[in-house]
Amino acid sequence: MFIAGVIIGGFISSHYLTPDMSVAISPATVADLSAIGIANPGSSYLPEEIFGSENVWSLRSLVFLLGGGFLVGFGTRYANGCTSGHAISGLSNLQWWSLIAVVGFFIGGLMMTHFGLPYLISL
Amino acid sequence: MKYVRFLIMGILFGIVLSKGEIISWYRIQEMFRFQSFHMFGVIGSAIVFGIITIQFIKRTKLKDYNGNLITVSTQEPGYARNLIGGTIFGLGWAITGACPGPLFILVGHEGWVFLLAILGAVAGTFTYGVFEKYLAH
Repeated sequence: MFIAGVIIGGFISSHYLTPDMSVAISPATVADLSAIGIANPGSSYLPEEIFGSENVWSLRSLVFLLGGGFLVGFGTRYANGCTSGHAISGLSNLQWWSLIAVVGFFIGGLMMTHFGLPYLISL
Repeated sequence: MKYVRFLIMGILFGIVLSKGEIISWYRIQEMFRFQSFHMFGVIGSAIVFGIITIQFIKRTKLKDYNGNLITVSTQEPGYARNLIGGTIFGLGWAITGACPGPLFILVGHEGWVFLLAILGAVAGTFTYGVFEKYLAH
């Protein structure tokens, strides 16, 4: 029921509550993402050329969706928690092992952002 | 009717995370490049509010809808499990620009395409289950 609500909430938000879909990201991020081949960073919630339904069966989109999703699912089970479980609930509960997991989140995220994404976007 | 509360909480969760732009791939990129306060402000304020809420739950011995005492702990001890598992999660987070909750919000927000990411995530949890006994924890 909660998950059904979450999907409905996303739908309500995009269809009725957000007339302007642009995201005001920092100019530095716009410059960095333009440099690795993203068109018009920040003009919508996410890059249409990767996540738009018209390109979904391209190799790049499948790697981002299926491959990225696979790592998220595997890592969440392995570390026993995700952003909400460890970073928010875990740190709020002052849990040492959650802090270690959050350090891991950033090790992985920084490696992918700086070494993996430029290659994956060029697929 | 007992379960309507979960539906309402889910709808609110979906709207708040959408309007907070937490589900935006661009916001996650901005965070991993340390180029804005946005995500750190959201997560940081959630932690501050979470500390207060958890202390309140513990001190008042608050009960859930079934009358059971609410417990919060989700951690499992072990450097390997948390650090390696966390790193794998982080690799995926930077690609999809979304963690598990937002993946479902994105299905409502952007469309069926994100069902593929959820399919990938389910495959990931299944694969973990298959190889669990061989992995360091």
